[in-house]
This record gives sequence, C-alpha cells and structure tokens, in this order.
Amino acid sequence: MKPMPPAELWTQLTASPLLGLSVTLLAYLAGVWLFKRSGQKPLCNPVLIAIVLLSLLLWATGTPYQRYFDGAQFIHFLLGPATVALAVPLHAYWRRLRQMALPLVVALFAGSATAAFSAMGLAWLFGASPETIFSLGPKSVTTPIAMGVAEQIGGIPSLTAVLVILTGILGAMGFPAFFRLLRIRNHAMQGFAVGLTAHGLGTARAFMVSEEMGAFSALGMGLNGVLTAVLLPLLLSLLIR
Amino acid sequence: MLNTLTLMLLYQLGGELLVRLLGLPVPGPVVGMTLLFLTLLARGHVSHETREHVGSFLQHMSLFFVPAGVGVMVHLQRVAEEWLPITLALVISTFAGMAVTAWVIKAMLPKGADHAPGEQA
Repeated sequence: MKPMPPAELWTQLTASPLLGLSVTLLAYLAGVWLFKRSGQKPLCNPVLIAIVLLSLLLWATGTPYQRYFDGAQFIHFLLGPATVALAVPLHAYWRRLRQMALPLVVALFAGSATAAFSAMGLAWLFGASPETIFSLGPKSVTTPIAMGVAEQIGGIPSLTAVLVILTGILGAMGFPAFFRLLRIRNHAMQGFAVGLTAHGLGTARAFMVSEEMGAFSALGMGLNGVLTAVLLPLLLSLLIR
Repeated sequence: MLNTLTLMLLYQLGGELLVRLLGLPVPGPVVGMTLLFLTLLARGHVSHETREHVGSFLQHMSLFFVPAGVGVMVHLQRVAEEWLPITLALVISTFAGMAVTAWVIKAMLPKGADHAPGEQA
C-alpha cells in the first residue's frame, strides 16, 4: 500500500464506525478512571467527562456530530437491551416492591408531575422559547420515550435527548448529597425517586450503591416512562387549548 | 454472556413487534422489559449466571448514553442563548421531583420503615 496523506487518512477513518466506537470507549474509560481516582467526586461524573472530551475532539478536528454518531450508534443501540435487562433486578425485588405498591403509585404521580411541570413552568417564567419549554417537559424519562413525547407536544426531539442526558447526569451526580441533606437513608425510597427523575443514568449510579437501590430505580424509571408517554401529551393538549 | 445478550435482544425484538402491531405509545425496549418481567414472574426463578451477566451489563449502562449526550454540540447555540432558564429548570425540577417522590413514600409508609439497609429487623 502507498503511504496516505494525513488529511485523507482522517477522512477515511472517520467514515468507518471503528474510530467513533474507539474514541467513545476511550473517553468513557478516562471518565471512569478519573471518577475512581477522585474518590467518586460527583463532579468527576464519567458520562460528563466523556461528553466533554468527545465534544472537544469533534470540535478540534472539525468532525460533524452526525459522522461521529454513525460509528457511535452501535453503543447507543445497547440502551435497548439494557432497558430489557432491567426486568431481572425488578423481578429479584418484586416482593418488596409489591409491599410498597400504594405509596409507590402515589409518589409516581406526584413526582412525575412535579418534575415535568416545574421544569416547563420555570423555563417559561425565565423567558425560554416555546420549543425549549416543550423540549423540557419529558426530560426526566429515558431517551427514546422522551424524544417521542417531545415530538408529540411540539418540542425538538434531539434537544430533548440532550436535556434528558443533562438531567440524568445532574441527578446521578447530586442524589447522594441531596438525600443526606434530606436525611432520607432508605435505599428503596432513594432508588425510586432517582429512577423517576434521572432515568437510566440515575439508575446506573444507583446500582453502584446497592442492587436494591438499582431495582427500585429501574421501577421508577420504567413507570415514569410509561406515565409520561401516556399522560403528558394528553394533559398539555387539555391545558393549552 | 452470549445467551443473556441474545435473550435481551429477542425480548426487545418482541417488544418492537408488539409496539408496531398494536400502535402502543411506549418504546419497544420498555415493552420488552415488561415481557421479560412477566416471563420471569411465571417461571419464578432466574439462573445465577443470568443475574450475574445482567449485573455486569447494567454496571456500564451510563456508557450507552454518551453518544446521544455528545449531541449537545448540535444545540450549543440554543443552550448558550437560553442557559439561565434551562439551568434553573433542570436543576430545580430534578431535585424537586426527587424530594416530592421520596417524601410521599416516606409519609405513606408505616413509621420506622425509613431505615438504612442493614438496620432492618
């Protein structure tokens, strides 16, 4: 093979999924390493670090996001099977979940409404544009549901995806200190509240604390996803008309 | 590991099929999770191996959000222009939702139920 000029080499490499996949894994591993090195400092959230590193890389090399995503979508795809896998911890804690069924259902409606309507209300109060307000509505639920809801209610699905992930990072970073402040120590309560407000990213962090917290988080995430998908478009169409 | 991954993919496929056939407003993976959950409930037990594999898979779930998160680049201008309402809305609503959820459960559970794990009888 003839040697290739660097610029052409870069174009060829970014056209294959290999580069997008490798840099995503490398950035995430760097984030995990920093998180552990820092003694699990909330600001060293692995997802946050990975996103910052990758954005800087794309910006510095002038690579369009879409070209990066063409490769990285194989990692993105694993969100599907990961969601399915949540059935296993749910099943393991089913008896405890059932004992708490009534409080969980009431908390689900209260928490879900608080998260969605306070987000939209605050954004409206502080002068956000209508598209931003509606994109914020479903930001507490997992990415695929949130994007679908955003489309229905007049938000921008790809903006919602970003807001969903920022919410998840925020919730995952903040919940340990927040619950210490509130003096709530019960892992079941913490887990359900974290999954309900900070979906999969909160759930991933909750599993690091205990399997019980993870299972309750998975339940909160799943239930709020379904509730938001069914009720938010309906409620908004009633309110706005 | 391969068995577990195949199982997850098949249930996701089942979920996607149901969503399309019935026109459900929920994404396929969520329906797939429900189907797998019902199966496990009917079977009554999960093999130790599957539980272990699922555990190690879920441990890295945050990684799967990274590609979509990098999409913030595309919306950087809007986020920069509306940073104040967006930041306030995200921060306050996330923790308000968390507090309300936890408080409601706490208020409705019998007294003394709010123990940390290990403290329970």
